[in-house]
Parts: sequence; C-alpha cells; structure tokens
Amino acid sequence: MPRLPITKTPKVYVGGSFIRSESGRVLPIRDAAGDLYAYAPQCTRKDVRNAVEAAAKAGPGWARRTPYNRGQILYRLGEMLEARSVEMAAAVALGNRSRGARRAALAEVAATVDRLVHFAGWADKYEQLLGSVNPVASPHFNFTVTDPMGIVGVVAPDEAPLLGLVSLVAPVITGGNTVVALASQARPYPAILLGEMLATSDLPGGVVNLLTGLRREMVPTFATHAHIRAIHAVADPQERRTLRLGAADSVKRVRLIPAGERTDWVAEERRSLEAIANFVEFKTTWHPVGG
Amino acid sequence: MPKTAPTSPGRAARSGRAVPELIFGDLWEYDPAPETADPGISPRYDLFIGGRFVAPRSGRYFDSVNPATERKLSEIALAGEADVDAAYRAARDAFDKRWGRLPGRERAKYLFRIARLLQDRAREFAVAETMDGGKPIKESRDFDLPMAAAHFFYHAGWADKLDYAAPGRRLAPLGVVGQVIPWNFPLLMLAWKIAPALATGNCVVIKPAETTSITALKFASLLQDAGLPAGVVNIVAGAGKTGAAVAAHPGAAKVAFTGSTEVGKAIMRSLAGSDRRMTMELGGKAANIVFDDAPLDQAVEGIVNGIFFNQGHVCCAGSRLLVHEPVAERVIAKLRARIRVLRVGDPLDKNTDLGAINSRAQLDKIRALVQSGVREGASLYQPPCRLPARGYFFKPTIFTNVTQSHRIAREEIFGPVLSVLTFRTPDEAVEKANNTAFGLSAGVWTDKGSRILRMSRDLKAGVVWANTFNRFDPSSPFGGYKESGFGREGGRHGLLDYARIL
Amino acid sequence: MPVDSTPGALRRLADAVGAVDAVGLEERVAKFTTRSIKKASKVKGLATAVSMLDLTTLEGKDTPGRIESLCRKALAPSEDASVPAVAAVCVYPSMVCHAKRQVGGTGVRVASVATAFPSGQTPLRTRLAEVRAAVADGADEVDMVINRGAFLAGRLAQVQDEIVQVRDICGAATLKVILEVGELETYDSIRAASFLAMRVLREGDFIKTSTGKTGVNATLANTQVMLEAIRDFYLDTGISIGMKPAGGIRTAKQALHYLVAVKETLGDAWLNARRYRFGASSLLNDLLRQLEKEKTGAYQAPYYFSEAAESY
Repeated sequence: MPRLPITKTPKVYVGGSFIRSESGRVLPIRDAAGDLYAYAPQCTRKDVRNAVEAAAKAGPGWARRTPYNRGQILYRLGEMLEARSVEMAAAVALGNRSRGARRAALAEVAATVDRLVHFAGWADKYEQLLGSVNPVASPHFNFTVTDPMGIVGVVAPDEAPLLGLVSLVAPVITGGNTVVALASQARPYPAILLGEMLATSDLPGGVVNLLTGLRREMVPTFATHAHIRAIHAVADPQERRTLRLGAADSVKRVRLIPAGERTDWVAEERRSLEAIANFVEFKTTWHPVGG
Repeated sequence: MPKTAPTSPGRAARSGRAVPELIFGDLWEYDPAPETADPGISPRYDLFIGGRFVAPRSGRYFDSVNPATERKLSEIALAGEADVDAAYRAARDAFDKRWGRLPGRERAKYLFRIARLLQDRAREFAVAETMDGGKPIKESRDFDLPMAAAHFFYHAGWADKLDYAAPGRRLAPLGVVGQVIPWNFPLLMLAWKIAPALATGNCVVIKPAETTSITALKFASLLQDAGLPAGVVNIVAGAGKTGAAVAAHPGAAKVAFTGSTEVGKAIMRSLAGSDRRMTMELGGKAANIVFDDAPLDQAVEGIVNGIFFNQGHVCCAGSRLLVHEPVAERVIAKLRARIRVLRVGDPLDKNTDLGAINSRAQLDKIRALVQSGVREGASLYQPPCRLPARGYFFKPTIFTNVTQSHRIAREEIFGPVLSVLTFRTPDEAVEKANNTAFGLSAGVWTDKGSRILRMSRDLKAGVVWANTFNRFDPSSPFGGYKESGFGREGGRHGLLDYARIL
Repeated sequence: MPVDSTPGALRRLADAVGAVDAVGLEERVAKFTTRSIKKASKVKGLATAVSMLDLTTLEGKDTPGRIESLCRKALAPSEDASVPAVAAVCVYPSMVCHAKRQVGGTGVRVASVATAFPSGQTPLRTRLAEVRAAVADGADEVDMVINRGAFLAGRLAQVQDEIVQVRDICGAATLKVILEVGELETYDSIRAASFLAMRVLREGDFIKTSTGKTGVNATLANTQVMLEAIRDFYLDTGISIGMKPAGGIRTAKQALHYLVAVKETLGDAWLNARRYRFGASSLLNDLLRQLEKEKTGAYQAPYYFSEAAESY
C-alpha cells in the first residue's frame, strides 16, 4: 500500500504567528487538474484591522534596527527562499496547465531571490543617496534624512504572484516600514509559503503580515484604515479610484501600478531606489555652527 | 554605624581627613579565562596565485612569530618579483576572461558569500589574528572580525548599484589593482581593500604585512570555499621589497597603500614617473579635545579607547589629549584611575584589555620615544601592573606637562602612550590640534551642539569624532588630510576611488 | 549646602554635577558584560553576591508565615554550610516585628521600606510616622523613596529636606534613599538626584536605584551613573556612600557583571555588604544553583533549592 501523505493546512502569517481568518471562512485552491489542493483563509476587514495592529506594534522596533541588520535579514529571507526554491516554484505553478509553466515558475523564484538580495544591498546605502547635507546661506548645519512612514498597505497582482508581491513589499520594509499585504486572489499559495520563509528569516513578527482573500472585500479597508499611511498596489481602474478616495480621508501616500498591463517585474529593479524613496519621509534639521 | 551628617560637605582635606583614594587591589581577582577555539594555523603558508596555493619561486620562507610568546607560529612564503609578476598576470587573466564580464548582481553574490563565511568562521579567525598580531582576543572577536564581515556585506550591495554611485555617470572598473596593507588590523585592512575593489569589478594583488600574514592566507582558503573565480584575488606575502614590487608593477591600474607616512612617500616617489592612480592612508597624531562642559566620565572612556584600543597601534589614535584648563586636573585624575583597571597581558585571555606590541622593532620604537619624552621633561605616569616575562609588552602610559615642541607631541608613536596638553579657548584648541603635518582624525568632547559643529568645520582632519572615538562603519568614509594621505575608504566616496567614471 | 529651588534649579544642579552621555555610558557598561569570570574568582564572586543580598518580599499578600520562611532562607540559604548568610531581609513596615523575631541578634539585618513605598504619594506626616514605626519595631535599615513629583518640578529643597527629616528619625538605623530611576528617566537627572541625596547622607548610608515596582528597574547603565556619582562624591568629601541596585537582577551572571562594575569603578572598599547590596528575591536561588554547579560540575534544576520558582 503506498503511503498516504498528510496535507498542509494553509494559514496566513500575521503578527509572527500563523492563523486562520477570524471569520472562519475559506477559499479553495485548486491544482492543474481542477482538484482541491487546500483551503486558504478568506480574510476579512477585521483580519486587516488585526494585522494593522500587529504592524503598528512591530513598527518602532523595526525602524530602530540598524540598516545593516535590516539588510542581513533581507538577505536571510533570500537564503530561505533559495533553499526552498523547488517547493516555491511548484507553488507558483500550481493550477497552471500551460506548458513551460514549471520553467517559468523556477525563473520567477530565482528572480525573486535576486530581488531580495538586491534590496538587502540597498538597506545600508539608500540613505547616502536620498539624504543630503544642504548648503544653506546661513551659519547653520542643515541636513535631510529619511524616516520610515509607518504601516504600508500592499495589494499584490495576480500575475507573478511571488515576484510581484515581493517587489511591492521589499522596498517598503527596506526603508524601515511595516507591511500589511493582500496576496494574489487567484494564486494565494506562494504567499502562504512566503509567510513560512519570513518566519524563519529573523524578521521580527509583525513587520510583514500577509493576508489572503477576495479583493472586493479587502481593498476598501486598505483604502480607508486611517493607520495605514501609504499604499503600494497593483490595481484595476475601479480599485485605483477606491484606493485614492480612501487615501484622501487620511492623506495617505499612494503608489499604484495599473493591473492588466504586462508589468515587467524583472525590469522593475531599475526603479528600486525610487520605490524605496516613495515610502520614506524626509526630515530636515537645522543647527547653528559656531560657539 | 552611620555617623551624623556634617552640616556641609566640604573637601575632605578641609575636614582634616586623609586624602580619599580608591583601592584597586586584588580583593577579587579574575582567574585566567583563555579562549580555546582552534585557530587552524598551518605550519607553512604558500602564496595564493591564480586560485591556488603555490610555492615561491625562490623557495624561501620567513617565520611568523607570536609577539606574546616570541614563539614561531608558522612559516610564510616570501614572494619575489617573479611571483608578483605571476600574480598580476593571473589577475589580468581573471579580469579579462571572467570577473570583468560578470554582471554586478553575480559579483555581489560572491561578496555576500564571503561575508557569510567570515561570520561562520569568525571565532577561528579571531584567535588566529590574536596569536599572529598580539591584539586582545576581545578586540579581534568583538571588533575586527564582525567589522571585516560587515565590510564585505556592505560592498556586496554596491556591486549591482554602481550606476547610482556618481549621479549622471557610469562606473567602470580599473582592471587590476595593487594593494599593500599594515599589521595593525590585518584581516580588517584586507577587507577594507578587497571588498570595494571587487564590488567595482576589479581584480586584486594584495600584500599583507610581514609580521601578520596568517589571517590573509587563511582568508585565501575561504575564497576557495566561496568559489571565487581563480585569479580574482591574489595574495603575495613578504616584506618591504615585495611591497615595492607590488606597487611598482606596470600591471597595476591603481595602487592602494595603508601604512606609515614614510613608506607612503617612498611609494609615491617610486611611482612619480607613471600616471598610476593611488590612494594613501598614512599616519596620524590626532588631537582629542575635551571641553569643560563635556560629560567627563564618558570623555575619559573615549580618551582611553582612543589611545589604548589595539595598544595604540591605530593610525587615527587619539594620541594627543588637549584638555580645557578648568577641568585638566579632574580629567587627568580620572584617567589615571581608569587605566589602573586596564588589564595588560596574555592576548588570548578574554579579560585582557591591552595585548602585546606587534613586534620587537615596534617595541623598541615606542621605548625610544617614551625615553625622549622623559628626557625632554614631560611627566610620565604608568599604572602598577605586572607585565608577562616573555613577549613584547608595554604599560599604558600617560605623559603630562607636554608642550607642542616635545617629540612625543609631534611624532607618531604607534603605541599605548598618551601626551596631555592643555588649552584655554576654543580657538587655541583648534590651533594646537591643526598644528601638525598629519590630519587623519580628531575628537571633540562637549555638551554644546554648536561647538561640535564649529570644531568639525575648523579641524583639518578627515574624520571628526564628537563625543565618541574610534567608531568605524563600512558606510562611513575614512581617510586623511595632509600627510595622513588622500583618498577615502568606505561609503560611496570610497567606492569611487576604485572606478573609472565615464 | 543651600539648595536652589527657583525655576531652572534642576538644570543648574545637573550643570554643576556634570552631564552624562547616554551612548558613551552604555558603551562603557557593555564592557563589564564581556568580562569572563571563571573558576575560583567565579565562586568568590557568587559567594560575595550572596552575602550582599537584601532578600526581599514586598507583596500585599505577605503574612508572618511568609516572613518566617524568608528569614530562615536568609539565615541559611543552602544546605551547604559554606554558603554565607545574606546581608538583610527587606520587608514592609508591618512585617518588621515578625522579621526581627526571626533574625534579631544574628548577622542578618532587617530593612524596612517606608515613606509610602513605592509611590510616596501620601502626606509627609504619614510618611514620617511610618518610618518612626518601623524603627521602633526594630528595623536596622530604612529604604525610603524620594519625592519624584517635587524633583521633576524642580522643588529640590523640598526633596532634600524630606530626606533630612527621614534621616533624623532613623537615628542609628542605616538609610537607603531610592531615587526611582525609571521615573527620573534621564541619566543626567539620575546623577543630579544622586548628589542631591548624598549631600545630606551619612557615611554608610546608601543610595538605591528603584522600588522594583515599576517597568524600569536597575540596569548596569543607571547603576553605573550612581556608582560614578558615589565615587566623585567620595573623592571630593571623603564620605563613603553605599550602592543598592534593586529589581530586574535575576541571574547570577547579571550579578557578576554588577560586581565587575563595582570592582572597576569604586574598587575593593565597596566590595562588601557594608557598601553594596542587591535588592532581589529570585536572584538568590540562581546564585546557589551556580555555586552548586561550580562544585559538582553539573547544571542544576530549579527545584533542588528551597523557595524556588517553577523555572529559571
């Protein structure tokens, strides 16, 4: 008799723990043959609320870490993903019947590891490029430094469910922010595995919180939760309008990428510094010189 | 039994008591706490050329000695001109065929690997560094090794971001660079040299100092473990002649030298006929300036760090204390009390604060300068402590009543010797601090922000430490003014010194 | 010394006694934690720490039975007779008489907290009455709290005057003045408060970090500020004041770091119970556990020691 394997119960990674939705609801994930693979949590706005609280708690500690330390943690996340790249590629390819799906998935995973290593290398450098000492015309030392914004909401695309998600999350946490992210609606399983890798990468709990579920139920809460200070999202026109309207209520910073366009996620790396800059504040200080 | 309180606390002398003194005796002595990790030192090290260990053409080796025990640790291959030439050819080959064609993202991954491997083997390397050079295990373990790994980690991240380093310009590698490093932070100086060179796409020929070649050659085996393509880094060991050959070789697009000002000048002269690029990181005689509003106990700690860290074998050591007259007596008294609890001895003991002087030659130099200080009329203080019977050791030393014209105020001693001068006004402090041919670093201790910024503006030094001292970071550019050299290491500035800007 | 209470008084006191740089201070104390204390020096350190303990119980639910238990442990902490007794037991005023019954006449002293410990927020007359009662019941030592509200508002004369009044009631009893460092927050304030208190204390009195009842208790850093103040005061006046860090010191390893700080800052004269105390409770069993491990070579489980907590 062949051995019966046990199945894994997907849970979402919030506040450093793995949980089901507070609503108890689930969404089926199907494999390429259309059979049930597993059930992912169908998260609600209350789950968003709880995740925001976790992100808020983790915020000050993460912002206070040295840039070197943040870089090391990002690199270790890359190590964890690299070590499990075959498993993750299977997750990326899950449900995809087309030929070459597996090869494309492996390429996507490799590009994601490289993306993480790229941002690991930014952590202790972006300050030197984004900050400045300003030559004011008075006897003052004047300098501009960056400051994390706080909690950033991320909404991931359906295409490139891993690379897209990580490309949206990485610049945000590199800059010292914390994240509440909604994973791809059609293909949530890579985010489930990514949670496990986050948990084993020395990243403090609550810095990145990953939710799965329906966009139409969750995006409005991302838009209007006042404690979310910025949005980094791939969204269709309707969602973009919702997000911008909600952002107006609490003056959120918004960086949106139109969904449906074939975003070249691999080439997104060219915009990496700009992406970090979009999610930091700039603080300028003056102090007299002399005496 | 508590006595009744005096109606007003006054100086002890006024109330007729004996002058109060602290007793730093042996009531509770620390037992020996030796570090026992295996340093993995081979009895013999060959040259590292083209990715392999090769014997020197001459067949000659020289001894490397543990300065704490005076016993031989290993023998090191002596590279001659032919070996140096072979190293440059291997580097050129690696650049043309492999390293020069690799995208930055892939170069980065090699550097990340090296950083991780150094972290893995940090303890082993720290013990080897201590045994070869004499510095306390506490320092090699807590400073040299972590900082070396950090340098590789930081520079790894630049390898695929070079287009950001000079706004509007692109960077290209120089090709092959020649590097000569000193004995005071052997592995760390190697990291400072190799990491930025590789990040910018160059290949390297590097010569460690003759008294401290072991960690460099252990590092070579780490490079093999990292899978670094053959010839990207080549390590040739030897003394002055080998260094001169490395600097003079026509294959070097650039020469990077860290060492004494005297030797730096010699290299500059020897390269005068060429258009070779150079960076020099030379000596110093830093002023550590303490104002009367400084947080005094922390200032004393900073003074002690500044001159006794690594036995004072530090180019940026705070070897001149300029203390504001109103607090001079207090500061000197606190200094004396503080150095009474510094522990001098076996560098492998985890409680040792001051290890061995690197070599007999250096010990002789220190002794000679200290004698000159005494002869020229300065007042010497050394705390009571017993030095080990064998090995090159020197007690922490403080000279007071020093003036600008004393040799001990002008010449770099490179040992645990502090010269104390006083000043009355900030202008005078700046003047005295800048009154030297050197200009590597300076320290300022004051509670007043505007004064910090003013001193930082007026001090002619490449590094100014305010309310701290001897702080280093891979992202923070380091280098000197005037005869302390030119060029910077670390940060974006340091990177540019290893590239052609297109 | 007339104490300034005009606006800016706290700033002027801080300026007079000198500033403290937090980063530099924390770097200094970090070096204490890298000291490696082994073998005979470890045993000696551990035994010394035991002898310096103010074994403490300060709970609303304390009863005479609890006090009795504590006192027996204080007198003979371990079955191993070579382990010394502790320095004192530290209890609430109402428990003084019970403690005195157990340890009176032995080398173990009875310390009483007083002055509306821990907050100090009652009228002065009731705080002083409490001190009187504790001393009358036989307390050898009194641990008082300073008036933090007055201190932070700059009413320094009031703070110091209250200390004087408590001191005078103490008579022959040793006074320990709790600064409550967590509420003073800055190292500058802790240094200033140390001098404010020491200037009216007698040889052999103490300054103490904390009540142990707030979030921030003794740390190596805030203790170091106080050690340096004691040192500077001693070198200036010849008067030796003792030091007591309290709260948050749970492990033998920590205790040894604290002793390293004493050794390297104040020297031999402060390495005894007349000049240094640990205010702690669970620390004792960790000290005993480490002593036993040094003797037998084996790590010990918590439940081999009396009065042990469930875990480490």
